[in-house]
Amino acid sequence: MDKEEVLNLAKLARVELKDGEAESLSCEFDSILNYVGEVKKVGKLDKLNKEESTIRNVMRKDGKPHEPGLYTQKILAQAPVREGDYIKVKKIL
Amino acid sequence: MTDLPKLSITSARVALQKKTFSARELTKASLDAIKEKDPDIHAFLEVFDDALEQADEADRKIREGEDLPLLGIPMAIKDNMLMAGKRVTAGSKILEGFVAPYDSTVIKKLKDAGAVILGRTNMDEFAMGSSTENSAYSVTKNPHDLSRVPGGSSGGSAAAVAADFALAALGSDTGGSIRQPAAFCGVVGLKPTYGRVSRSGLIALASSFDQIGPFTKTVGDAEILYEVLEGQDSLDSTTISRETYPSRRKFSKVIGVPRVFVGSEGIDDSVKHNFRASVEKFKSLGYEVRDIELPHIKYSLATYYIIMPAEASSNLARFDGVKYGLHRSGSDVIEDYLKTRGEGFGKEARRRIVLGTYVLSSGYYDEYYGSALKMKKLITREFDEMFGEIDLILTPTTPTPAFKFGEKTADPLSMYLADIFTVPANIAGLPSISIPSGLAHLPAQAGTLPLGILLTAGLGREDNLFAAGKEFLGA
Repeated sequence: MDKEEVLNLAKLARVELKDGEAESLSCEFDSILNYVGEVKKVGKLDKLNKEESTIRNVMRKDGKPHEPGLYTQKILAQAPVREGDYIKVKKIL
Repeated sequence: MTDLPKLSITSARVALQKKTFSARELTKASLDAIKEKDPDIHAFLEVFDDALEQADEADRKIREGEDLPLLGIPMAIKDNMLMAGKRVTAGSKILEGFVAPYDSTVIKKLKDAGAVILGRTNMDEFAMGSSTENSAYSVTKNPHDLSRVPGGSSGGSAAAVAADFALAALGSDTGGSIRQPAAFCGVVGLKPTYGRVSRSGLIALASSFDQIGPFTKTVGDAEILYEVLEGQDSLDSTTISRETYPSRRKFSKVIGVPRVFVGSEGIDDSVKHNFRASVEKFKSLGYEVRDIELPHIKYSLATYYIIMPAEASSNLARFDGVKYGLHRSGSDVIEDYLKTRGEGFGKEARRRIVLGTYVLSSGYYDEYYGSALKMKKLITREFDEMFGEIDLILTPTTPTPAFKFGEKTADPLSMYLADIFTVPANIAGLPSISIPSGLAHLPAQAGTLPLGILLTAGLGREDNLFAAGKEFLGA
């Protein structure tokens, strides 16, 4: 993986990298991907279907909402920037 | 007297009920030990200022005749479990100053069982690491040798029990983060079956692997804590009931050793020697020890290092500087994210987020993530078939004893390999316990370091771990 690819991934993941970090990550990723890439080579995998994985979603019906506003102040107390009972962000468009 | 090194949960509970000492005296002894020795060890990130008040409350309950499993027992918790009104950071700067608005389910259960929660312990940032060197706050030292790591990611919790600051502690285990530090620090560490303990209020790393479990001094204490913590929880839809995995076999003392896997490269001689001795000990206790083959177990670590960063990159997307935690301002909303996350996350977190983004990106998704999910299934199936024939699988917990600070920080892959024996249980969701198994003698009379063996059982069969573990330790 080259430096440009690392920088693009970091941008997509919304993480600013430090100076020189993309270079060192690109070397490390080559070694890590080389190791984890062994998984791809196992022929037996072709016969398996990943969808029938052991993990499945557990859903429940919506219902019994709590009283509106019960946790508002507790949650907003942790917001870095707020205006009244709103979390404040910069304009999106 | 409150001689902490000699006390277990079991013995302390007897003494508290008999009023040999009070919960206040016991907690005071813990706090004094922390004050005296933790400046050298740094197990704790914060000692709560209400610990003595909690102890007084326990004393009141004891006077009123209550008898709860952890009443008056001083415990430590890993810094990734929410406790209402207390700070919690997951060892990260991105959560510096964050105060938990509610109790995690495990904390609620500890409180209900009467525990005195002393404070929160150091950890690798977001539980990413095997040495606790990735904490954004401090470096925790191994109480057995201050030049060495305590293991990780729950290094602070392991050190807190090993240094006799707390009678027990909670950790979380995604790829070995309870069992590996337990082995390095010479204590017992249990990862329960996936789904047995609620993760509501646990700061997530990789949600298909994370499990909460205890650090204790004895296997009996681990069982006590497991009984307190386990149970289905409407706040965590991944929790299961006791009936989810019906037991297929009566415990009949049959242990399997995956011989080829245990003979992997890079295993220290002291570990090999200790492992052979542990096998002999089980045989002398009347266990049948068989060589077994699990052909795909060797791919566990590779599978793990695809799925874990993929899930971590998704779980950590919530830290955006908007709702809570650190906020750094840029010229627009995208730059806010870039700066907040770039500064807030440490190096290993940034590494895993980018790696996880890569394995999930279009073009590589099937090649890496898709293959890893299939491999997970294959490994799980192999274990499942094997546990139709045997009760337990035995390996060393770690390939080496505790290593020195900085020894593995330059090469992330070498650090990842520290989890080689612990990761398979996470891949297959199996319960697994590390038990102290003796000492490694360092060359040139440089002292000794603890070693651990790892017992893994079939889904839902913690009872087998406790039975064999107690026999092995003779208690």
